[in-house]
Amino acid sequence: MAFTISFHKPSALTNTVKILKRSLNTTRVLANKQMTVRDALNSAMDDEMERDERVFILGEEVAMYDGAYKVSRGLYKKYGEKRVIDTPITEIGFAGIAVGAAMAGLRPICEFMTFNFSLQAIDHVINSAAKTFYMSAGLVNVPIVFRGPNGAAAGVAAQHSQCFGAWYSQCPGLKVISPYNSEDARGLLKAAIRDPDPVVFLENELLYGNQYPITDEVLDKDFVLPIGKAKIERKGDHITFVAHSKGVELALDAAKELSSVGIEAEVINLRSLRPLDINTIIQSVVRTNHIISIEQGWPYAGIGSEISAQIMESEAFYHLDAPVIRVTGADVPMPYTKSLEIAALPQINNIVDAAKKLLGV
Amino acid sequence: MFSAEITLKRLINIKLFKKQYMLSSTISSNIEESVFKGINKINYTSSLGINEPSLNSPVPIFRILNDTGDISNNCKSIIIPGNNELIKMYKSMVLLSIMDKILYESQRQGRISFYMTNEGEEAAQIGSVAGLHANDLVYAQYREAGVLLFRGYTPEELMNQCFGNVDDLGKGKQMPVHYGSKNHNFVTLSSPLTTQLPQAVGSAYSFKRFENNRCTIVYFGEGAASEGDAHAAFNFASTLDCPIIFFCRNNGYAISTPANEQYRGDGIVSRGPGYGIATIRVDGNDILAVYNAIIKAREYVMNNTRPLILEAMTYRRGHHSTSDDSTAYRSKDEIKQWSNKNPITRFKRLLEKNNLWNDQNEVDYANETKKQLMQSFTIASKKNKPNWREMFNDVYHEIPDNLLEQMNSLEDHMSKYSDHYSTE
Ligand SMILES: Cc1ncc(C[n+]2csc(CCOP(=O)(O)OP(=O)(O)O)c2C)c(N)n1
Ligand SMILES: [Mg+2]
Repeated sequence: MAFTISFHKPSALTNTVKILKRSLNTTRVLANKQMTVRDALNSAMDDEMERDERVFILGEEVAMYDGAYKVSRGLYKKYGEKRVIDTPITEIGFAGIAVGAAMAGLRPICEFMTFNFSLQAIDHVINSAAKTFYMSAGLVNVPIVFRGPNGAAAGVAAQHSQCFGAWYSQCPGLKVISPYNSEDARGLLKAAIRDPDPVVFLENELLYGNQYPITDEVLDKDFVLPIGKAKIERKGDHITFVAHSKGVELALDAAKELSSVGIEAEVINLRSLRPLDINTIIQSVVRTNHIISIEQGWPYAGIGSEISAQIMESEAFYHLDAPVIRVTGADVPMPYTKSLEIAALPQINNIVDAAKKLLGV
Repeated sequence: MFSAEITLKRLINIKLFKKQYMLSSTISSNIEESVFKGINKINYTSSLGINEPSLNSPVPIFRILNDTGDISNNCKSIIIPGNNELIKMYKSMVLLSIMDKILYESQRQGRISFYMTNEGEEAAQIGSVAGLHANDLVYAQYREAGVLLFRGYTPEELMNQCFGNVDDLGKGKQMPVHYGSKNHNFVTLSSPLTTQLPQAVGSAYSFKRFENNRCTIVYFGEGAASEGDAHAAFNFASTLDCPIIFFCRNNGYAISTPANEQYRGDGIVSRGPGYGIATIRVDGNDILAVYNAIIKAREYVMNNTRPLILEAMTYRRGHHSTSDDSTAYRSKDEIKQWSNKNPITRFKRLLEKNNLWNDQNEVDYANETKKQLMQSFTIASKKNKPNWREMFNDVYHEIPDNLLEQMNSLEDHMSKYSDHYSTE
């Protein structure tokens, strides 16, 4: 095969990077409206419950307590106990009940207090929700949204801090969404609730309280985002960062820092982990010739591994000037102590460092 | 001395006790040996009835002390610990409650990240551990710090764990409150609810195999009893004939979910018969009742090599954890009503009536304890955090090459960005 991978062309590249003017491509938001991710999720459920009688929420503490993280705030009051149901502490029980309710025509939103506890229920998610449509040859569909916080929160150690993006994405039959900001959260959750297939919707506790600008269009009751489409959060020509959820925030911050030394990174917010919008990634790599994937989950068989493999199998491979690099969480269970936790999670300077190394500057 | 009379009674009672752990029940005459594999006995009837459980009378609650700290008159064959033991039990309760206050407040001030108090459940914890043998293996949920303290785990060790500092036995890896100590036969706590139940049954099974005269006790909340693992644990303990005490702390709430929304049966003991498991229900705020119940339960599980479910009725007076505000889902009146039933006060009254404790003792002990705990707190808070290399240890027995590589590259990275990292 006739192609070369050029690891060591730093001089030429450094020059181009320096010559290129900083292109300020950050999307300007006209309206100055702000919304937290929590409110975005809450309003999405509210809209869809109003729109469709069949939609209901179940899970631990979702009703009277407004949800462990207050995502379902006010919905019990508005829709009553028929449609917002507090369950006993039995994940395997309420996930199974959600599957059965979906099979019989309702549209459950099944909240896990955190996705770490979805492990108690995973048989229903994988063996039933994901596979039933196929096994019944299309006769029985299971329109459920399994949602809740995923990945590392702060100071809650190994059993509360795992990212399940790679786990659920591996399974055909599921759609897996991992939103970053309020627009994502609202548009994608509404889409997930309307979707005829089971959707795993991975939120992030640390983003719930974050405010993001939001437009009138996003607030419209009919606003939905397409599942399976990534979004370019920031334009850049020198290197592509591809990330999801909290990783997008890190990527944007790293891009900002790099910009001050004349490196313009393109940041792709995956939004959906399955289906994966590989075309957007390929098109970006064809222009930038460099790519780093960023995620808080583990490296082994992670989302970055999948992206890397798909790039190798695609046209983009021939456009790479350097190997794909994954910036991920460390390959260890999450430690508790803050100094160790910081070391176990990808930080902005890890990304900056990796980008500079890749670009040879 | 507590009283000579009671001590004497104690000796006699122990003998009595040994004979009577087998419970009897009335069996009507038309019971036959079963021909069905699925049931043990047959009782045919010609009247079609629905067995409506709400019509059954509730399982009684065993209690010894009334609210004023008096021993109920018709209490027969009970065991009263010796005076030193009684005082140790009382002091442990007070220690636990003072420690709770200090650590709870310290979390409010941002000194530690998370804490869970034991308020209201001191009698259930101390009464149970006091009646066990020191080498009985404990699996706990998270609201059992008193069990560890009573066994000699020091407040320093407990605070080191909460700070995740360099002296934490868990080396800063596990969340605050997730204590564990091999020396105290206390298995490190695990966050996902109820996983400790089948695991405890597994340990009890291995004790049975080893014939080492140990049993397992597993603590769990009435909320945790809803998990599928609880069913698995009960059924396996019964079918494998395991020497295990299932100790349910029925404290009325699972975070915000009141027990009457958690299940509809008569508490947790009502599950026993379904699994063929013996049960005791006890007043969890009465330390003597819990103590006696656990001794009886231990004898039963050891002598019969059978499981037993013990349900301690109590009340979680504190918030679920420092992430919770319970006034959002329960009334101040309700909390107040229960603070009048403080299990520590109830026990104190008994000790006072028997001249084993007085107000001066109380003040002295509380002051001394506070002083010591504050000192330990300051020391624990100032200790260094574990070395960052600790992050890579104990993933496997031997550290694999890829992690060694990561460790080296992290070392380079940290020296490059030394201003971002503390190097302690
Ligand atoms: C599998 C799982 N689901 C949910 C949780 C979240 N959670 C932690 S404690 C708790 C309540 C448990 O209540 P209970 O068993 O009654 O114990 P208590 O807090 O009253 O002592 C819940 C729901 C968890 N830790 N694990
Ligand atoms: Mg409880």
